[in-house]
Amino acid sequence: MGAAPASRNPPGLGGRNPAMKIVTLVKHVPDATADRTFNAADNTTDRAGVDGLLSELDEYAVEEALKIAEAGDGVEIVALTMGPDGADAALKKALQMGADSGVHVVDDALHGSDALATAQVLAAAIAKVGDVDLVLTGMASTDGSMSVVPAMLAEHLGLAHVGFVGELTVSGATVTARRDGDVASETIEADLPAVVSVTDQINEPRYPSFKGIMAAKKKPVETWTLADLGVDAGAVGLDAAFSVVREVTKRPERTAGTVVTDEGDGGVKLAEFLAAQKFI
Amino acid sequence: MAEILVLVDHVDGAVRKTTLELLTLARRAGEPAAVFLGTGFDAARDTLGEYGAAKVYVVEAPELEQYLVVPKAEALAQIAQSSGAAGVLLTSSPEGKEIAARLAVKLGSGVITDAIDITVVASEIVTTQSVFAGGYTVTAQVTRGTPVITVKPNAVTPEATGGSVGAEEKVAVAFSDAATKARIVDRKPRAATGRPELTEASIVVSGGRGTGGDFAPVEALADALGAAVGASRAAVDSGWYPHAYQVGQTGKTVSPQLYLACGISGAIQHRAGMQTSKTIVVVNKDPEAPIFAMADFGVVGDLHTVLPQATAEIQKRKG
Ligand SMILES: Cc1cc2nc3c(=O)[nH]c(=O)nc-3n(C[C@H](O)[C@H](O)[C@H](O)COP(=O)(O)OP(=O)(O)OC[C@H]3O[C@@H](n4cnc5c(N)ncnc54)[C@H](O)[C@@H]3O)c2cc1C
Ligand SMILES: Nc1ncnc2c1ncn2[C@@H]1O[C@H](COP(=O)(O)O)[C@@H](O)[C@H]1O
Repeated sequence: MGAAPASRNPPGLGGRNPAMKIVTLVKHVPDATADRTFNAADNTTDRAGVDGLLSELDEYAVEEALKIAEAGDGVEIVALTMGPDGADAALKKALQMGADSGVHVVDDALHGSDALATAQVLAAAIAKVGDVDLVLTGMASTDGSMSVVPAMLAEHLGLAHVGFVGELTVSGATVTARRDGDVASETIEADLPAVVSVTDQINEPRYPSFKGIMAAKKKPVETWTLADLGVDAGAVGLDAAFSVVREVTKRPERTAGTVVTDEGDGGVKLAEFLAAQKFI
Repeated sequence: MAEILVLVDHVDGAVRKTTLELLTLARRAGEPAAVFLGTGFDAARDTLGEYGAAKVYVVEAPELEQYLVVPKAEALAQIAQSSGAAGVLLTSSPEGKEIAARLAVKLGSGVITDAIDITVVASEIVTTQSVFAGGYTVTAQVTRGTPVITVKPNAVTPEATGGSVGAEEKVAVAFSDAATKARIVDRKPRAATGRPELTEASIVVSGGRGTGGDFAPVEALADALGAAVGASRAAVDSGWYPHAYQVGQTGKTVSPQLYLACGISGAIQHRAGMQTSKTIVVVNKDPEAPIFAMADFGVVGDLHTVLPQATAEIQKRKG
């Protein structure tokens, strides 16, 4: 990207976090509360028929970046999205929250890209941003929900990845993260640069303030194509996908069951149902 | 028949139930071969053999325990390449997905996550997944490389073959610099509750905001049924129950035989984590709560009276 914002201070100034560049990944997704569907033609997610928004789980990544920026000097935040025209709405929200600039990777050839292609393109974009210290992402897209892009990205970039982080501190060139797994709660230390995906436990994302909304209008957003990134169009998109969806079936609506109102014997009736179903 | 690699999920050699499910599924697609990473293989050998692992690859290296995920992905990639495996199955846990993601990039292979079933069609592995908060079922297939597939717990009932491990191959792995970039500096095992593991349980009793913070009636009912306890995010955010027990989009996905939602309204993010439960029972004092729309059986009432009565009745019936 062109010149870094002028406010960037020399490293170490203020004795807290030295100047650093954070990229937060923001995905534009169909609204989960709307009726989400597939394109009949190619079984890809229908993004045209549904209102889109910044994937809610990415707001936690943006918020965490803002908190790091507020705790240190000279922290620059670049919001990055890959998606069709309109996906820059996700950038707009990140800029309104407080990110400094945005990058929108858009190219017709990207339609139908799978997680592998997405990670490859995002990795190329992060490399082009340059001198990135920390990549923050959500724990999962609220549409695809695979939770694989951050680790794939780290694999492409040759970086450490700490996933599903519930608490993060950045100190010097090290990040310390807590993640609560199935069997244990772990503390992880990784050297920067690193990729960190965060859960919805980590913070409470802010709402854009009026000031933030006004300021966002003046923030720079760049649009990059695959050619800008040096990524071969033949390596991405539906035809190059490493997996295909064969069939899509709408799950039959659950047939309405029996509902009783408690008149002093609701618990007994519940137990009777469980016994009839052989759960007792 | 080609080998299907199954990454063993274990704690010091105690094999988790999900691994037995993977071995059962792997048999449909080829010859199951277990990949055991870390220490404790002696404790795992018999179980793995009993559930159909004729062959086991064992990698023992301190890096596997000291660093996050990457050493495991490197070990698995090396074994997948040298064995010429026809597929790799892993558990759909956060760690399983991270390993799968890196493995797919290393192998140049396609990856499918959160499969709930595996079939073989014209000698290709075809997966079934539930998407968009359970609203759709899709079948999918990897079209390039060695299919890397993560499978959700409870996809299948584990079936023992009564076999034993015939071949053990110790594998040495030379880890790259990238393998040691994320250090595990502390690990606090979660305290045991004595209840079944949430994602593996065949019955789950969950409490939400409607508990008002008192989970005792939920726990008592769970114990009467031998069930795991779950919670909605509202209950977790209120500090009433630990996050490890949250069911939903940003918590655990459960698919038990029986799910009881108590004092939970049924927001889409909660439904995403329990929609594929076989039987759903609801206790809620609001007859308009959306969760009733998915109930096989529902009681409109106060959980603080309904649950204790149900618990007492269950105990009476069990004698
Ligand atoms: C990004 C994101 C991720 C999320 N992830 C999750 C997730 O993983 N899991 C999850 O659960 N939620 C998740 N949520 C939150 C979700 O949207 C709901 O807010 C949450 O599920 C509500 O929890 P609840 O049903 O317990 O509370 P409420 O919606 O407040 O419902 C409480 C219910 O209890 C009933 N009730 C009250 N008192 C009683 C009583 N005495 N007896 C019987 N019934 C009573 C009420 O009638 C009501 O229906 C997420 C939200 C977001 C934005
Ligand atoms: N197209 C995209 N543009 C920007 N970020 C993305 C995109 N796809 C995935 N991500 C990031 O990767 C995270 C995990 O995505 P996923 O692996 O699809 O569940 C998301 O929360 C985003 O932060």
